[in-house]
Amino acid sequence: MNRQVAGWIVALAVLVALPFVHRDPYHLHLLVLILIWSFAYTSWSIMGRFGLVSLGHGGFMGIGAYVTALLWNHLGVSPWIGIPLSMVTAGVLALIVAYPCFRFRITGHYFVLVTLALSGIVLQVITATRDYTGGSLGYTPHRAQSGKGLYALQFDDKTTWYLIALAVWLVGLLIWRWIDRSMSRHAMEAISEDEDAAAAAGVNVTVEKLKITLISALMTALAGALYCQYQMFISPDTVSGIAVSLQMVFAVIVGGVYVALGPTVGAVITILLAEILRIGFGTRAVGWDNLVYGLLLVLFIIFLPKGILGSVIDWIKAPPKMSRGHEQETIKAARR
Amino acid sequence: MLAVEGLVKRFGGFRAVNNVSFRVEQGEILGLIGPNGSGKSTIFNMLSGTLPPTAGSILFDGHQIAGLAPHRIINRGIGRTFQIPRPFRRLSIFENVVLAGFYGQGRHSRARAEEAAERSLGMVGLPTDRNAGVDGLGAAGLKKLELAKALATGPKLLLADESLGGLDEKEMDQAADMLRKIRDELGITIIWVEHIMGVLMRVVDRVMVLDHGEKIAEGLPADVAGDRRVIEVYLGTDADASLAAAAAAQARRRIEA
Repeated sequence: MNRQVAGWIVALAVLVALPFVHRDPYHLHLLVLILIWSFAYTSWSIMGRFGLVSLGHGGFMGIGAYVTALLWNHLGVSPWIGIPLSMVTAGVLALIVAYPCFRFRITGHYFVLVTLALSGIVLQVITATRDYTGGSLGYTPHRAQSGKGLYALQFDDKTTWYLIALAVWLVGLLIWRWIDRSMSRHAMEAISEDEDAAAAAGVNVTVEKLKITLISALMTALAGALYCQYQMFISPDTVSGIAVSLQMVFAVIVGGVYVALGPTVGAVITILLAEILRIGFGTRAVGWDNLVYGLLLVLFIIFLPKGILGSVIDWIKAPPKMSRGHEQETIKAARR
Repeated sequence: MLAVEGLVKRFGGFRAVNNVSFRVEQGEILGLIGPNGSGKSTIFNMLSGTLPPTAGSILFDGHQIAGLAPHRIINRGIGRTFQIPRPFRRLSIFENVVLAGFYGQGRHSRARAEEAAERSLGMVGLPTDRNAGVDGLGAAGLKKLELAKALATGPKLLLADESLGGLDEKEMDQAADMLRKIRDELGITIIWVEHIMGVLMRVVDRVMVLDHGEKIAEGLPADVAGDRRVIEVYLGTDADASLAAAAAAQARRRIEA
């Protein structure tokens, strides 16, 4: 067994054992949030790494959360069925919006604008149908009767949620890796550089982009549904809308969009930042996190486009003090 | 093998290609020449599906392919290169060609794609090293990569677009010989678009000349080279006068020396 696999197994064992050793509920709560958002950010990065920058993912997340909760409250549908239905809804919406975009070559900034509208529309629909969704006041899934927790996917125990979130996060990473090793990644890299040349190599450009978009949307809806089941309270601002979409872009770019664990690093940073502001400044700091996100986003795009993790990995592979040119200079000097 | 009938492409009021018909027989190399803007690349773009024709029919192996999407046309067996090489710089040389082999052969098998990539890279004379990057290639290397990508899709008909622009004379000759080798060894039929008449005339079996979107001549290289309209197109209507002027200038230089 090689060292990398062994390292992963040890890390995983530590993560699984953690809630049984360290039982602090506040820390576990933070970890669950980090894992759920990491999964959401990973979902976004599956598209984002190929230059398909979507600001519509807040919409998919909102659909995941609200469809699951509405089906439970109004029709008594168990989340075990409600979550897949919410994912299908998000998937269908993603295809409806993305197909015309890809078919008619709406790329770059124009694609961003179309997806931005999608986020806005989902937010408006949730707010406008307040008789069903509670509007901007938020929405709470009905508590299940005792003993029906599993059926309702409601658990009071933080450890259970931690393990669920850990499993889903891990599945997200495996999907990322599966795509990374598939020919689809090569096709998407080619498409992101030159659509005509990719088509001339035989790639069905529209279908490849739709596949990636669909996977990303389905995963994001699942993240929304999990967030809803865990928090037992959702509001349009926390699970949908442009702010959530921007938060995804920010976190992924800060963490690193081209590496598997980049979005996870981004989630750790964004959630700790929000918590520090909340605890340190309380209600005086409401909205500050968005200001900090905005500033950092600009700085990262200019100075560290590969994100924190991406840059660290580059640095380990080729430390800046001994760059290749430098090495050759040293070798030449040694020969003299 | 290929039968093009009444092909038209209009961009707004401009007719880039006007009622062009021609045939390509199995195993031949057809040269397609003409000045800038004569419609050569537009015809290529329609044959490969990059542009849909305004009117006309394109029969390939007896099937209508006019207006099909590019990936479908490639899977039917028409490969193409671009006038300006368009490599995927985020992939290695090998990955570039494997991509074409994977999607272009229509079977979506990785093993077959890698096989095709090894074969195509060997054919054009590029290294099959898995990690060599595209950035190490010069103009000639990029043209070879372009050709290897097209070959990896397993074409029956290869559309080679101005493959010699930017090469020196020796490289040009090598590239021309390469096309000949591809036809002779792999049995691939070729349509070759080129600005530079000299090299092309040496290699092709037949040549077709375009001007302002219309076919003005077609036939054996020797016949076409002597065609009055072709000379006019390439040298201008005052061809005789300019030749005379050139001769006079040369004579004057000799006297001065």
